[in-house]
Amino acid sequence: MSHLRRPAPRELQPVSFAFSPENMERAKKIIAKYPEGRQQSAVMPLLDLAQRQTEGNWVPTVAMDYIADMLDMPAIRVYEVATFYTMYNLAPVGKNFIQVCTTTPCWLRGSADVVDTCKKELGIGIGETTEDGQFTLIEVECLGACVNAPMMQINDDYYEDLTADSTKSILDALKKGEKPKAGPQIGRRGCEPIDGPKVLKAFCGCGAADQSADASEGEA
Amino acid sequence: MLQDKDRIFTNLYGFQDFGLKAAQARGNWDGTKALIEKGRDWIINEMKASGLRGRGGAGFPTGLKWSFMPKESDGRPSYLVVNADEGEPGTCKDREIMRNDPHTLIEGCLLASFAMNAHAGYIYIRGEFYHEASNLQRAIDEAYEAGLLGKNACGSGWDYDLYLHLGAGAYICGEETALIESLEGKKGQPRLKPPFPANAGLYGCPTTVNNVESIAVVPEILRRGGAWFTGFGRENNHGTKLFAISGHVEKPCTVEEAMSIPLRELIDKHCGGVRGGWDNLLAVIPGGSSVPLMTKDICDNVLMDFDALREVGSGLGTAAVIVMDKSTDIVYAIARLSEFYQHESCGQCTPCREGTGWMARIMARMVRGQATLDEIDLLWDVTKQVEGHTICALGDAAAWPIQGLIRHFRPEMERRIKEYRARIAA
Repeated sequence: MSHLRRPAPRELQPVSFAFSPENMERAKKIIAKYPEGRQQSAVMPLLDLAQRQTEGNWVPTVAMDYIADMLDMPAIRVYEVATFYTMYNLAPVGKNFIQVCTTTPCWLRGSADVVDTCKKELGIGIGETTEDGQFTLIEVECLGACVNAPMMQINDDYYEDLTADSTKSILDALKKGEKPKAGPQIGRRGCEPIDGPKVLKAFCGCGAADQSADASEGEA
Repeated sequence: MLQDKDRIFTNLYGFQDFGLKAAQARGNWDGTKALIEKGRDWIINEMKASGLRGRGGAGFPTGLKWSFMPKESDGRPSYLVVNADEGEPGTCKDREIMRNDPHTLIEGCLLASFAMNAHAGYIYIRGEFYHEASNLQRAIDEAYEAGLLGKNACGSGWDYDLYLHLGAGAYICGEETALIESLEGKKGQPRLKPPFPANAGLYGCPTTVNNVESIAVVPEILRRGGAWFTGFGRENNHGTKLFAISGHVEKPCTVEEAMSIPLRELIDKHCGGVRGGWDNLLAVIPGGSSVPLMTKDICDNVLMDFDALREVGSGLGTAAVIVMDKSTDIVYAIARLSEFYQHESCGQCTPCREGTGWMARIMARMVRGQATLDEIDLLWDVTKQVEGHTICALGDAAAWPIQGLIRHFRPEMERRIKEYRARIAA
């Protein structure tokens, strides 16, 4: 509750909104997930859909009104939802929306270096957007990838096991219009130990079946 | 150490495909129809016999929770809602299930829902988990195509629909009634209990909310029998469990181990030890950010289960182990958590809305030592005024880490205050 979330000023707000034909199809499928008369349940996925459709990756007030009409709910109930949940951007953001996790598990592994590198390489502060509209940088709370800390999310992708150097490489690639490989940046696949799985080796195609693997563990 | 043959999440690390064919080769969806044919009572009794306690943090016995659901419908439908809003700092286990082993969860949803007379289930996944949700949706689609979900699911005669619902960045939606509110299309603000969800939950209908891991272990428990699951861990703390170990260890990882494994063994065997050696350990938060920290002398011998950790004044929570070595600014580590809770308070209850701000601001000064010695007692007092005075447990969760800090590191807090005061005096 520490950060007030309010719609963008009027001069930024577009005058109209409607789902594209493809998104209208998606919206109908989403609404069909919920029981008859419970279409209000679709408000969150529809706000997400509206955000993805809008240039600048945000939810204008007209889109909220449009969704309120579509779901037959009071507009204020949609505003409440849009301002409560932090993933809805209430003003335009950069093409690369960078969210660096700085909660304790990431901080312990060096998230301050990641933040500093982003600030330095992009020349912006937290909550700011570069002049060319390419990057917005924010700090966020735990994104749930703590054994791969520190990490940041750029649009829909997680970049994990970061250092100052790998953060810089990712930003450099994005500046060139490339799409750097998401996931851990230190050569592991996921949440296994960095030098390879210690268990489940037979399931990871990297060792003997479990009996012998366990036997060697026992001796160690 | 737990043997691979007893591990439920064999594709935890995602080296194999998450899809249906590979999942079936790993043993998922094996004899699901036969399990359903054994009947509702058999399933619930087997779950009770397994001793499974909820894996989302509270540790409530899963089979018992299921038995609270009405046996016969009064005209209202029943629902299973899966809590996949994983967001407790330190916790990243459900993510691995959903992206790498999603069929364990989907099969578990069918079995659990059948046992609770529910023809529909919703999985509420945090919005940031875009790729996890995408894998899970693909797995659900495959299950429909193969006849494992939908009308006459698995040929069992039971009709079952399973839907995915994405959140949008609110930690509070991990609280079960806030999650239900959110699923109904509202702000995620917790409801007063009673009524409990088993009586009036989603859309006012009987609902059970379970964590991802609690549901995903169900099929294997039913296939192998509750007695197999009770073979691991101490009395009242049975089973296998996903542990996510982060922070200052050589090799952070997530691993499935037996309950009641000694903390030191977990860290030494699976994570290459504490950075700089065991003696370089300062403190461990053993169950996600909400549980109080433990100092090294406790960590030396403590077992990783619900009861052992409660006995030492902490908790198993989500089994997210956050390790801190002696280089850690322990006051900042906890102050950062206070900031987290301030950010995530939903604002509904005054003690939490205002108290989390108070605590975060005092903690920010404690980091610098910019306080008076009696403010440590004031801070303690504020935590006690928040704890137990709110609708949901977020207030408690915000209070406990600070209480743990004061209990174990008061001399460090005092040292900073004295140094700061000496500095401004000079």
